[in-house]
Amino acid sequence: MPSGSLVALTIHELRGLLEAKQVSVDEIMQDLLAALERLNPQLHAYIAVDAVRLRAQLKERSGASAGPLFGIPITIKDNICVAGEETACGSKMLAGFRPPYDATVIERLRRAGAWLIPRANMDEFAFGSSTENSAFGVTRNPWAVDRVPGGSSGGSACAVAADLAVAALGSDTGGSIRQPAAFCGVVGLKPTYGRVSRYGLVAFASSLDQIGPITKDVTDCALVLSVIAGHDARDSTSAPVAVADYVSAMRTPVKGLRIGIPKEYVVEGIDPEVRSAIDQAITVFERLGVACTRVSLPRTSFAVATYYVIATAEASSNLARYDGVQYGFRASGNGSLMDMYVNTRTEGFGAEPKRRILLGTYVLSHGYYDAYYLKALKVRTLIKQDFDEAFGQCDVILTPTAPTPAFRIGEKLHDPLQMYLSDIFTISANLAGVPALSLPCGFSKDGLPIGMQLLAAPFKEDVLLRTAYAYEQATEWHLRTPALSAKGGSASGGSVQPSAISPKSKQDKLKADS
Amino acid sequence: MEYETVIGLEVHLQLNTATKLFCGCSTKFGAPPNSQTCPVCLGLPGVLPVLNERVLDWGIRVALAFNGEVAPLMKFDRKQYFYPDLPKNFQISQYDKPLAQHGFLEIAVDGQIKRIGIHRIHLEEDAGKLLHDAHQTASFVDFNRTGIPLLEIVSEPDLRSSDEAYQYLVGLKAVVQYLEVSTCNMEEGSLRCDTNVSLRPRGSTPLGSKVEVKNLNSFRAVKLALEYEAKRQAALLERGERIPQETRLWDAKAQRTESMRSKEGAADYRYFPEPDLVPFTINRELVARVQRELPELPAQRAARVQASYQLSTYDAQVLTQARVLADLFEGAVRAGAKAKPIANWIMGDLLAYLNTKHLEPEDVKLRPEWLAHLVELIDQGAISGKMAKDIFLQMVECLVDPLQLVEESGLRQIVDAAALERIAEAVIQANPKSVEAYRNGKTNALTHLMGQAMKQSQGKVHPQQMNETLKRKLEEVAR
Repeated sequence: MPSGSLVALTIHELRGLLEAKQVSVDEIMQDLLAALERLNPQLHAYIAVDAVRLRAQLKERSGASAGPLFGIPITIKDNICVAGEETACGSKMLAGFRPPYDATVIERLRRAGAWLIPRANMDEFAFGSSTENSAFGVTRNPWAVDRVPGGSSGGSACAVAADLAVAALGSDTGGSIRQPAAFCGVVGLKPTYGRVSRYGLVAFASSLDQIGPITKDVTDCALVLSVIAGHDARDSTSAPVAVADYVSAMRTPVKGLRIGIPKEYVVEGIDPEVRSAIDQAITVFERLGVACTRVSLPRTSFAVATYYVIATAEASSNLARYDGVQYGFRASGNGSLMDMYVNTRTEGFGAEPKRRILLGTYVLSHGYYDAYYLKALKVRTLIKQDFDEAFGQCDVILTPTAPTPAFRIGEKLHDPLQMYLSDIFTISANLAGVPALSLPCGFSKDGLPIGMQLLAAPFKEDVLLRTAYAYEQATEWHLRTPALSAKGGSASGGSVQPSAISPKSKQDKLKADS
Repeated sequence: MEYETVIGLEVHLQLNTATKLFCGCSTKFGAPPNSQTCPVCLGLPGVLPVLNERVLDWGIRVALAFNGEVAPLMKFDRKQYFYPDLPKNFQISQYDKPLAQHGFLEIAVDGQIKRIGIHRIHLEEDAGKLLHDAHQTASFVDFNRTGIPLLEIVSEPDLRSSDEAYQYLVGLKAVVQYLEVSTCNMEEGSLRCDTNVSLRPRGSTPLGSKVEVKNLNSFRAVKLALEYEAKRQAALLERGERIPQETRLWDAKAQRTESMRSKEGAADYRYFPEPDLVPFTINRELVARVQRELPELPAQRAARVQASYQLSTYDAQVLTQARVLADLFEGAVRAGAKAKPIANWIMGDLLAYLNTKHLEPEDVKLRPEWLAHLVELIDQGAISGKMAKDIFLQMVECLVDPLQLVEESGLRQIVDAAALERIAEAVIQANPKSVEAYRNGKTNALTHLMGQAMKQSQGKVHPQQMNETLKRKLEEVAR
């Protein structure tokens, strides 16, 4: 039955089948649970899945009105608050923590009729690019299990790629949606800062964080974004900018668009296979009537350093609340208040949070603030100006998403600087606040996915989706599936089409149900 | 050597908004612990602050009332330190761009007006409260107070004595109460005050090293602590010792300050801009509107009251210092009473009462018409001066209208002429011997007859008027 798994379908395919009453929500649930049982022990895309709870919730919500995501399961990263569900940010510090409230994106997904599947694995507090930093175990790349899925939204990307999820939410502070999407061969979007409410996203770096979709194709990305985007009175940084109809906008032809290729992104250490995949992508765009020109983002080389000052400063402050007083982990023992603080934070945080808290505390310290934090804020402004100027010359900027395909588990774990450099292409988008999308654009000779990143001016998600959709229509990379997936794997492409779910196979499912 | 005391005050003022600074929780005082909390003020993972619009309005109101320059930009910062009453382990405050700067407050010093500079006024969120139980090994936290809007008003080091500091606080409180933005109740913590005090040889300009004194629970405590500190520091200087820069706590029981921490132990708060609140331009039209809508302030009211009711400068100032007193005064006058006796009752008996009971003017909820009735009753001669004092006390303590008191207890004096005549006639008829004696020139006979009249009326006749009526009637009988 794996070849017919409903979880292998996209949202828009499932919607068609649900509307035609060819499949039921129950059947989707059955397939999802079956796939999880078979593959999650190996891939560990989810930290935990409570099948009993999911079934009970499905029953409860059976009367829910139909919305744009009616009956669609959406997988949730472990740092987005779902009322009553454990939300631990991949950390021992928050193990067992169940928020009493829904994040705004969760409310919107519920209203749209989606049902929620917590808890996709992630690097602890989203600190990492490999999902190796989770306190609950490593997630593996479904294309090669000895490789990382990327991070920090590695669980979400792995689940979507391996058909353990139809679509997922991730969060992106420096590339945490796009880099794992690239490593796992799926589509990931970091929206414009302020496009999607951060209310209920456990904060890493407040001025950089955004929630976004990770999906099997561009259409699904547009569908999910349409639901979660929009102003939220509970988030002062969310923008009162109207939400476009992304699905319609996506279908507008790209002829006449201008793509810019930043010369600074041809850096040392970039994998030749990644480079050639990007070159081929440019050819595809040119064929589609898109003008590709060189542009310059001159301050690119300062992005990683700037990012690690600002992100760690904010993180050191945002993570101060984990002190053992009110919720989450508290070290045992009957010492002084200071003992409780020190022991709780020593035992509760892993190595990477500690490293970043120390860095962040240092750059905000008296006497160092001007040299580090203030300087970084100034550079950030310059990086923004780079983008403003570049978008005067082009509509979309094209870069690789990551300098290499997925690296091996353990390869960079003890070399934090090397790990940080894997975000070299994605970090600038967060500093500048611009939207950026990663989509598959090729495979290495080892069969590992390669991602390309598209960036646009603030709130031009419609242009990004339009560009990505045109490319996707012209190529077949998104149709390939990894060997380890619910639909079995077809390295040569060709996914299960809606028509493949015949009434007969539906009856098979009903049998399997009893 | 003679020293000059240099004092600066930091006042924390809880704004009396219905909801907290960054969430919708109630700010009401005295609710059961942690009953007025939500994910936002509890600082749960993932929550974000949203500024309460009214706080901006009220903050500007206070800034303008203290003659401050309102900043062009509203910007918040995080002040970071670990303490269990601070759920996020940072306080959202304002660091380099306070809401207002360069204000002042005028106080009266030896009959002269002195201008005390206000360095800055900024907004921040309040912390929770720790509860320590002597019988348990644990402490508890009540987060009801967490996130209540606070205005910090920092004076320049312009105050030169504990008296000036006291005057400044009284004046500051008066202004804030006129603005109706805070209850200014030190016991409930809606007004808190820390002081900075240093000494320098009289005539010299450089400031001595500064000592911060905390834990001051009343204006009186501020005054006593400052007096104590000035003496303590002077003694140290006299002995040739240096004053260490430190924070000291006032011990109200022992009536002394004690060292809490030295400057070396001072925290590095690692301030940085609050990324969850985007800085925004403060609309100049809003500032202009708040300015237009500013209510009459104590100084203005004192001038007006003095002119309208022909009072002395001193009386007008005392009457308008607390808004409730001024409202009481003007209300009573509007209710028909004469200004001067009302002023006397407020400044005399009422203030004395508040003083002995350690109460604030707003603790006694008197209605202006009651005070007017009291004065009317005296004017009509319906009650004696002595009775009026008793009735006043009952009015203040039981919150009743003197008119009602007099009617219900039958305390009203008989002043009606016909009634007095009837009593006089009856007494004369019943005491022919005394009448005879009076005719024979024995004036103490009148005293006896008065006694009889008092007895017959159960003491309710107006003494003077009864006396006059008796005399007149006796003369009539004699003719």
